[in-house]
Amino acid sequence: MLHVTLQQGGASINPNNVRLRINGSEVAVPEGTTILKAAALNGVEIPTLCEIEGLTPYGGCRLCIVEVSGTSKLFPACTTPAAQGMEVTTQSPKLYEYRKMVLQTLLAERTHICAVCVANEHCELQANANNHGVDHVMYERNWSCESIDSSHEFLVIDRNRCILCTRCIRVCDQIEGAHTLDLKFRSKSTNVIMDQDQNWGQAMSCTSCRKCAKVCPVGAIYIENENIEFTKDRDIAAFLSKRRRRSR
Amino acid sequence: MKQLKLDDLNKIVDQELEFGQAYNYRINVCCSTSCVSLGSLKVLKAFEDAIKEFGVENECKVARTGCIGACSVGPTVLIEPGDYAYSNVTPEKVRQIVRDHIVLDLPIRDMLYESGTFFQKQHRLVLRNAGKIDPGRIQDYICVGGYGALCKVLTNMAPQGVINEVLASGLRGRGGAGFPTGQKWRLVARAVNTPKYIVANLDEGDPGVYANRSLAEADPHAIIEGMLIAAYAVGAEKGYIYIRSEYPLAVQTLQKALAQAKAMSLLGSNVFETPFKFDIELRLGAGAFVAGEETAILASVEGKRAMPRPRPPYPANMGLWGKPTLIQNVETLANIPLIVQNGSAWFAKTGMTKCSGTKCFSLTGKIANPGIIEVPMGMSLREVVFDIGGGVPGGKQFKAVLIGGPSGGCLPEQLLETAIDYDSLLKVGAIMGSGGIVVLDEDDCMVDTARYFTEFCVDESCGRCTPCRAGLPRMLEVFNRITHGQGELTDIGTLEKASVFIRDVSLCGLGQTAPNPVITTLRYFKNEYISHITEHKCEAGKCYTSRYNKEEPA
Repeated sequence: MLHVTLQQGGASINPNNVRLRINGSEVAVPEGTTILKAAALNGVEIPTLCEIEGLTPYGGCRLCIVEVSGTSKLFPACTTPAAQGMEVTTQSPKLYEYRKMVLQTLLAERTHICAVCVANEHCELQANANNHGVDHVMYERNWSCESIDSSHEFLVIDRNRCILCTRCIRVCDQIEGAHTLDLKFRSKSTNVIMDQDQNWGQAMSCTSCRKCAKVCPVGAIYIENENIEFTKDRDIAAFLSKRRRRSR
Repeated sequence: MKQLKLDDLNKIVDQELEFGQAYNYRINVCCSTSCVSLGSLKVLKAFEDAIKEFGVENECKVARTGCIGACSVGPTVLIEPGDYAYSNVTPEKVRQIVRDHIVLDLPIRDMLYESGTFFQKQHRLVLRNAGKIDPGRIQDYICVGGYGALCKVLTNMAPQGVINEVLASGLRGRGGAGFPTGQKWRLVARAVNTPKYIVANLDEGDPGVYANRSLAEADPHAIIEGMLIAAYAVGAEKGYIYIRSEYPLAVQTLQKALAQAKAMSLLGSNVFETPFKFDIELRLGAGAFVAGEETAILASVEGKRAMPRPRPPYPANMGLWGKPTLIQNVETLANIPLIVQNGSAWFAKTGMTKCSGTKCFSLTGKIANPGIIEVPMGMSLREVVFDIGGGVPGGKQFKAVLIGGPSGGCLPEQLLETAIDYDSLLKVGAIMGSGGIVVLDEDDCMVDTARYFTEFCVDESCGRCTPCRAGLPRMLEVFNRITHGQGELTDIGTLEKASVFIRDVSLCGLGQTAPNPVITTLRYFKNEYISHITEHKCEAGKCYTSRYNKEEPA
């Protein structure tokens, strides 16, 4: 992954490259590159939600599913490595329909009301829904009553807006190294917690670094009295991990 | 302790046989979970007292054994020679059995288990020793040829030879997906990274399924021996048996078996005076159904939250702590000693060409003879339900059979000729799963059944991927509407669409198979959905629909 950007120009001459077809056009990428990255390097955009550069892929949101010829199974582009001879389709009526359903189930799962959300117009869920023509939710909405925690000095978590992408958990663990955040329970009761399920204000391991708020794709974690436009920083994880590698 | 040799195994066998010859009878009292709950420990005590009372303690031996499978008529007692199975034995009946059967040599016909063809139609390979040996004594297992296969592979076979033998046998994983075992071994053996690990999967969480528990309680050493052979074949050094903590007796039995194997140097280093070393540790689950999934089990063994992860990378290359790991169901492992001892050709004779061997099932629901059964692959469902199971009791009408647990399929009567093997079941929308067969009769409502299993999967979703976590509850809401008489005909379309979405897009096996009961009931019992919605009628009387008038919805 490290070499991807460096070798971009001469990628096809490297003997360690794998050749595959994405939407019909042949591309070559270094071995171990994910389909998502291979597509991005060649100008093909695949919608994502839980994926964020610089952190380990999660494969949870299922928005980046793609078709691979030879199997009826769908693969998440963010975790599946590109393989020699693979033929990947990133756009099809079926995928479009499934992505739409992913977004609809997410919108129905918890209380997502854009008009009263801090992240309105700066929300990746909202943007994806707009891009996919989700103008209605075909399911009964589940108006969740999850807890809101504003006990921290300036960080706030509203779990009703959480889509459980775990970006915050991963950035806290992999970049900040604090591992304050994690999940509790399973199924629809799954929730992001701090330390041993304490109030954020009492979570001793939290360094108040704000990275969780920066990477949150929706308005679940935000900084009080700060314009969300300034808070959000989608590149923070990639930037920091790159800088650290260089300084090593 | 000094290292064991084949001669030592033979010596133990000779000793045991000599010891056993002194006895004319062997009374096997089933002490597995279901029989213990029916009081078999008291029966065991009563037998010990009774043989003393009649002064025949030198003639017969009372042994505590595992399950013979007839769990509905427990406590069961098997008297050898002759395999006389007594059912519903109570401490009061014991004196009579000892007096008539042992002292007078007159088996009591009235008390014998009226099984019909319950046993005749079965083919017991994995459960070969169940109910016949004492799971708490390693000597009993050695006496029936146990650890001979291990000795054979360690002293006479190359790892590749073992893999070839397993490949040739046609054995497929018994955990549900049916991946060819030999191929999996080859993948792990070829992986370059070390150390390698083995995980034996005993996390059987499906409602009503307990075939693996029964195996672990009856014959723990078969699992251990299978693991040892697999370890030798793939070059693993350490193994984990992952077992549910809800199975206390099986945990205890396995702990005891592991301690005995260690004491005899069958586990540890220099097994059978060869450089081979292997150790096994037990890991207890914390109650998550999803922990039985291949990648979730790895996370749980590592001490993390039991959450599946996307594949590739496959565990054969990157499993426990990023090292190559072989994950096998315990039933698969228990087959291994047999294949090694008798050869792959012998094993392949049972079952079908592409799917050899047998499969254990727990047969439950509306059936005359519920219990643990083992049948050759390719047997028809009809034979299992009506010949072995004895059909639906009480003259009720058979309606459907649910095969494969909460993520299996409901098959109607016209599909009863379906053969039990991975591919045939998949074709009709069911799965082999971990081995549960639930029989439903006219009193069961298919909409309610599908609703129940959807609810189960909603609760057990790990929370990682959207379709399973956020999609399944939406299906449950639709079901709740229908069963409360508030359904609309468009709901059927919603269910169909949602179930295909969840099946195709989910991350792991749980989500991918969770809609199976919905898909199959919609396919085979659509009229029930329609009558629930349009006529507000539940013929089985399970749903609330019929209790409400159209004018006053709940």
